Amino acid sequence: MPLPRLIPCLDVAHGRVVKGVSFVGLRDVGDPVELAAFYSDGGADELVFLDIAATPDDASTMTSVVAKVADVLEIPFTVGGGVRSVDDASRIIESGADRVSLNSAALADPSLITAIADRFGSQAVVVAIDAGDGVVHSHGGRVATTIEIVPWAVEAAARGAGEILLTSIRRDGQRTGFDLELTVSVRSAISIPVIASGGAGSAQHVADALRVADAALIASIVHENPAGLAGLRREIESLGIRLRPMKERV
Amino acid sequence: MSDVVVVDYGAGNTRSVRAALAHLGASSEVSSDPEAVLAAKFVVLPGVGSARSAMEHLRETGVDDALRGRFEEGRPILGICLGMQLALAASEEDGGVTGLGLLAGRVKRLEVGRVPRLGWAMVDPWGDAYYFAHSFFADSPDTVATSEGISAALQHGSFLGVQFHPEKSGAAGLNFLERCLCLA
Repeated sequence: MPLPRLIPCLDVAHGRVVKGVSFVGLRDVGDPVELAAFYSDGGADELVFLDIAATPDDASTMTSVVAKVADVLEIPFTVGGGVRSVDDASRIIESGADRVSLNSAALADPSLITAIADRFGSQAVVVAIDAGDGVVHSHGGRVATTIEIVPWAVEAAARGAGEILLTSIRRDGQRTGFDLELTVSVRSAISIPVIASGGAGSAQHVADALRVADAALIASIVHENPAGLAGLRREIESLGIRLRPMKERV
Repeated sequence: MSDVVVVDYGAGNTRSVRAALAHLGASSEVSSDPEAVLAAKFVVLPGVGSARSAMEHLRETGVDDALRGRFEEGRPILGICLGMQLALAASEEDGGVTGLGLLAGRVKRLEVGRVPRLGWAMVDPWGDAYYFAHSFFADSPDTVATSEGISAALQHGSFLGVQFHPEKSGAAGLNFLERCLCLA
């Protein structure tokens, strides 16, 4: 198995990073390009950009953000929010993103997963599942569907998803630890990798998640102290999790 | 003329490869012109898309013969991920695809572990971690480095192929690309 990944998630609206990024060491906390470079230098294994506004008018704004990020970033990154068609996915991947993340659009039309995977490969398709009270939620977690979580993960994998981004709605933002039971129940039912999301409040929480998942998504724990990412990595490693060794340029 | 020609298959992400080259001070152009591929100091065959459509694109544009010509002249080509896999004789992907035949062996579907195999993994004997994202692997006697027992780098003559993405592998990837460019 590849080494477990630490993935900071940046919420973007109208081309700017929003929500909870503190000021330390950054000239412009709203600039996705600067923040991406900062997290990359600090030891992020990958990044996720989530376009939380994602109105049709924002599409070209997001594309230009993706291109600017791709020009400075030498680690992989995923873009989610507003990916509703193969054309949307093409636009984002051709601008330099490695992967797109589908959520509500895949629930509305699961064949979209296959269509994007056929064009760009399964590794380019992440299906995000917002899990709450035993069912999948859509529209940013606001709308409960009748779809059960594990069967949906199984279907998404069968249709060509290359990874599941599994968020516990109840834990999200609570900083009380990941929902490990949920993560295990989904991951044991499928053979594609799983990113655990929702609840990271400490190095111990992240280490616990990385014992049962392939990657952990982190947000407020890094955004309140972006310079602390390198320290967080060391703390996680001291808890017995082997992360990728950081390398210097020669 | 640019230092590097990045081969265009008509699909996928060439931007990240060009950004990494620019970071190293190398100018690059994206092209599917056989003349440009033959004349370039260094050629990168990047890695996104499906094997069948990529091979069809190389044949339609005549870039397949240009790559063979370069190879016969001993001029350097770097294949990344799918770009490496296309250089083998054949692939199991998309129901079976004939490759360029610059490297010996076949491309097979990964059957162990979580697939796609995603993330950073150590490459032996080099001793650094690089980023991998693949569902197929090279089963080849031209393998020169491995990752968890899976072929990670292959070389025959002037063709060097890697399963990982050096353009997405941080400092380790840039160091690797710089060595490739220096050797060219």
